[in-house]
Order: sequence, then C-alpha cells, then structure tokens
Amino acid sequence: MRISVSNENKPILIASFFVIVILLAGTAYTLSTSGAAPLLSPNYLLQQLQTGSFLGICAAGMMMVILLGHIDLSIPWTLTAAAMTATAVGGEMALPTALAVGIAVGALNGFGVAFLRIPSMIFTLGVDTVLRGLMVAQTGGFAPQDTATPLMLFLSKERILGIPVAIFVWAAVSVVIIAVLTRTGFGRSIYATGSSERAAYLSGIRTRFVTMGAFMMSSLCASIAGVLLAGYSAKAYQGMGNAFLLPAIAAVVLGGTHILGGRGRYVGTLIGVVLIVLLNSVLSIMQMPEAGRQIIYGAVIIAMLLVYGRNQRVTS
Amino acid sequence: MHKSTLKRYFSQNLGVVTASLLLIALYVTYNFMHPRGFSTAVAVQNTNEAAAIAFLAMAQTLPVLLGGLDLSVGAVMTLSNCVASVLVNGTPGEIVFGMLATLATGTAFGALNGCIVVYGRIQPIIATLATGAIAIGLALIVRPKPGGDVDGDLGWALTNSVWDFADTYELADGGDAWWLQPFVDIPVPFLLVVLVAVCVWVPFKRTVTGRTVYAIGSAEGAAFMSGLPIDRARIAAFTLGGFFASCGGLYLAIQTSSGNADLQQAGAYTLNSIAAVVLGGTSLLGGVGGAIASLVGAGILRVISFYFRILDIDPLLQPLIEGMVLLVAVSFGAIRTIRVKNKLDLFR
Repeated sequence: MRISVSNENKPILIASFFVIVILLAGTAYTLSTSGAAPLLSPNYLLQQLQTGSFLGICAAGMMMVILLGHIDLSIPWTLTAAAMTATAVGGEMALPTALAVGIAVGALNGFGVAFLRIPSMIFTLGVDTVLRGLMVAQTGGFAPQDTATPLMLFLSKERILGIPVAIFVWAAVSVVIIAVLTRTGFGRSIYATGSSERAAYLSGIRTRFVTMGAFMMSSLCASIAGVLLAGYSAKAYQGMGNAFLLPAIAAVVLGGTHILGGRGRYVGTLIGVVLIVLLNSVLSIMQMPEAGRQIIYGAVIIAMLLVYGRNQRVTS
Repeated sequence: MHKSTLKRYFSQNLGVVTASLLLIALYVTYNFMHPRGFSTAVAVQNTNEAAAIAFLAMAQTLPVLLGGLDLSVGAVMTLSNCVASVLVNGTPGEIVFGMLATLATGTAFGALNGCIVVYGRIQPIIATLATGAIAIGLALIVRPKPGGDVDGDLGWALTNSVWDFADTYELADGGDAWWLQPFVDIPVPFLLVVLVAVCVWVPFKRTVTGRTVYAIGSAEGAAFMSGLPIDRARIAAFTLGGFFASCGGLYLAIQTSSGNADLQQAGAYTLNSIAAVVLGGTSLLGGVGGAIASLVGAGILRVISFYFRILDIDPLLQPLIEGMVLLVAVSFGAIRTIRVKNKLDLFR
C-alpha cells in the first residue's frame, strides 16, 4: 500500500517523527547513565508542557502573523508590558488590563504595517523599543515590587485533575486559533492575503483589516503568555519576554508554516513547540553546556529545514 | 559633473541624501551644544562608539539588498570578537596573524550562511536565525567567560587620533612629520571604517557580482533570465557580510581589549544594524540602497544617543526616546502611500 502525504502534512509528520527520536535518544541516555527513564513519565512531560505553554501561546499568535508573510518582533516587550501592567494594576482588573495592553499594541502594529505600509520587520521592532522604553521609564529599570494576583497564580501554577491549568489555557488558545483559521472567513482571508495580497484585495477582501486583526491576535497571545509567566514566577521582571521571540519563530517554521506566508497548519506549530521544548529539556538533562545547546539548537533547525523547508528554485 | 547627471543622482538617491543632510545637521548642532565641541577628543570618543555598529550596518546591507535579512550579524561579530580576544596579542607577527584569522573566521561563517541559503534553498531570515545560534555557541566555546588579552599598543593606536597612531608606532617622526600635519586630528576608527568601505564595498559594487546583488533584489526572475550569476552573487553577498561583521568584532575586541560571548549584546547589535540600514534609506524589499547609506544610518543612530548626554535627559527616558525616534523615522516611509497613483501598487 502506498501512503501519499500532501505537501502540507509532510513537515508535520517529519517533525512528529523527530519528537519521538528526541524522546528515545533522551531516554536511552538517562537509562545508560542513571538507569531511570524520567522523560517518559507523564508527570515530567506535563511539567515540561506547563513551562512550554508560554512558548506555545506566543507561537500561536506569531503563526497568525507569519501566515500573512509578516513577522512580529514586538512579542518580547508586549509580553513584558502586559505582565507589568497586570501586576501593577492588581486585583480583579489585572487580567482585563493585560489583555487590553495586548490589543492596543496589536492595533498599533497592525496600523503601521497595514495602513502606513511600513515593513513589519522594522515597525514591530520600533514598537518593541518604545514599549521597552515605556516600561523602563515606568519601573525605573528594576523589577517592579508588585506581585501576581491570585488568579494569575492559579492560571499558571495550579493543577486541575492533575493537569496544570496553564496547559488548559494553551489548549483553549489553540482551539480558538484552529477555529478561527479553519472555520471563519477571517481565517480564510488570512491565508488568501498571505498568498497574494493583491489577489485578495481584488477579490474583495479588506486585506488591511485582516492584517490588523492578525497583529492584534498575535499581541493578544503575547499578553496572555505574559500573564501566565508573571503568575509562574509570581511577579513581572525586566526582559522576561526576551527568551520567547526566536524560539516562537523557529517553532512556527519547523511546523511547516511558510515564512513568506499563505501556507501552514496550526497542528504543525503545536508540534514545533513540543519539539523545541523537548529538545531543550533533553539537552538540560544531558547537562549540556550553553555553548553546545546553542550549536545543537541551530543545527537541528537547519537540518530539519533542509529536509522539508526548501524553496522552489527560481527559473523564471 | 553635468547638471542633469547631478539632478538624476539626487533623484535616484533621495533617501541617502536626506539621511546625510540629517546626519550633518544633527552632528554639527551637537558639536555647537557640546562644551568642548569641534575638538579631537570629542570626535575620537564619538567615532569609537560608532565604529562597531557602522561595520555591522554595512554587513547587514548586503543581505537586505538581496531582499533578505541576516539575523546572524550580531552573532558573527560576537564570534569574531571572541576569536580576536584570544589571538590578537604577542609579537607583531602574531598580532597580524591574529587579526587575519579573526577576519577569516567571520568571512568563512558568512560564506557558510551563503551556501546554506543558496544550496539549501532556505529563506535567509530563518537560516541565519539558526546559524546565529551556532555562532554564539562557537563563541562560548572560544571564550566561556568574558575577558581576554589584546595588545595594548594596538588598542591605544587604533582608538585614538592619527597622531597617537603615528606616535605609538614611531611612524613619520612620531607623528610630527610635516606631511602628516593636515591629518593628525582625524580619529583612526573613522579612517578604518572609511578605508574598509572604500577599498571593499565600492569596488565590489562595481563588479558584475555586485550589480547582480542589486538585480536579485529588484527582480530575481529577470536577473535569472538575463543570465546573471545569481548563486555566486548570493554567496558573495553573505560572505562579504560576514567579513564586515568580523571587522566590527575585531574592532570591538581592540577597543575593549576583551571578548564577551553575550547573547543579549549580539541580539541588540543585530536589531540596531537593521535599524541603521533602514535609516540610511536602503529598502527592506531589496534592490535599493547601499553600504555607504547604511554608514550614514548608523551615524544617525549613534548621534541621537550622544544628544542624551549633553541634553542631560533622565537616563530612564532614553530607551523611550530612542524608540520614538526610530518609529517616527521609519514612519516617514508612509509618504509613499500618499504619492502612489494606483492603489494596487500598495499591495505586492
């Protein structure tokens, strides 16, 4: 029997295969050194997914923007700004405030990219710098003294039925994104605009509002991740979002979403996140020094893209 | 130059001409406001702070001209910086070897980037994201902890004025020769940047390979159909980018006499290099601009930060003002949307 795999699903299959390879290699290592297999215990995996949920939510938002052929470099400080304002406001209004920050930043990004037609690469970079400036001016450059609210602590640290709440939040975000991408006109408009903005515009899609909407979703996701991360570490701090930008892009691309837009499935992004999270945890189990981790991290991305991320050769 | 030629030059290079005028205006005003303005000491200090980002801006220009982006320039600079901090010391012969080895490291890494992009057919932005991580990893192996030992004489000579350079190496009567007098007040870092730009970038731009880089950025399909050496130009662009980045790393090592494999610093330099390229008027869509324009952009970026010192602005507000200036500067690109005649031209 011949199994045919569509081009869209090939990256997802290869990435899942690689996830299994990483798990097996990590288990073989731990079995040979300590005789135990912690990587395969559900508790350990859940713990990894709990910390991975922050990256997962960032990547979900980033994917919306990458599907358009744009990129959102303002994620680190959107995340931090949302977390800082949430802890500063405190009380019941903490969560709505953080989400409002996310939506506002997204609207600004979307306006610059869609209406002013500034390349997203540089506009979101500028917004990121401005947000950093606002936060430094606000906090004096130190970690603010405010602590996370009980709700934020609950969302990121508690467990329901033995499963961390953060994973439920990630799952909820994922369900919303899948529904938006596959079941709504907005989602289809994103794919259409990402493939060819001209054609989409000519077929009556209001591409500028689509772009704006995608950027708002990206920033909204970043602010949700900010709220969770602030809850996880019990407070907000400078630079808490820095570690999420590049892995989020990598996760989206490893999951088969085309960096120039128009193609990609959300399941791929999920697997991309799991791949990166597991790779990181296996490397830390092996007590790999930072130098080796960086090299392996880079080599894995290159290797996987060589397998399935290749462009068409230009022939005309 | 014929009048119409001059006019055409200005209309074709509107971005860089505007940026240059802005830089000159900003820098002259700065010197008027500075208590010791127009002195060698101020110029030396300023050019020292601007040299590394100037090299990086040139490094970033080439991939941007192709219509891509190199997210590894900061990391390649860091790698070269760490290599230099280990090798650039000892006898004069060893120092020269160390400098050459540093430049070779960055150039080789740039060539690797180019090969991955060309033969692997991976988008530059994502390929260099990955190779950037590899470069940082290698830098950490070369120098696990910040530190280093770079020849002190060299550090002094290259980070001061021409007179100090001649004085250190007892050239031209220790800097007092009559023919050197018109040049003694020029800061050496400024000369180095100009030297690299004039001796490497300008000749490269005039070759077929250099022209092809522009052609690929404008219309890759057309460049291919015209029989231009696309692959060679791509690899050359990334290789040259690596070379410029390693110049920046080497200079940083000489200036600070140490190496530091700092991930944050590498990221900041990469992002600033993109900002400098855009401020200089090079289009992120490719095909328009040049390394000289990026030097001007890097200059503007640095002069803005010089103002913070003399204007006595609260340090806590500095990042905010920097960001606002960057955002407003790039928003001027929106003027294009008003001038466009057919709305379809907005959408690619």
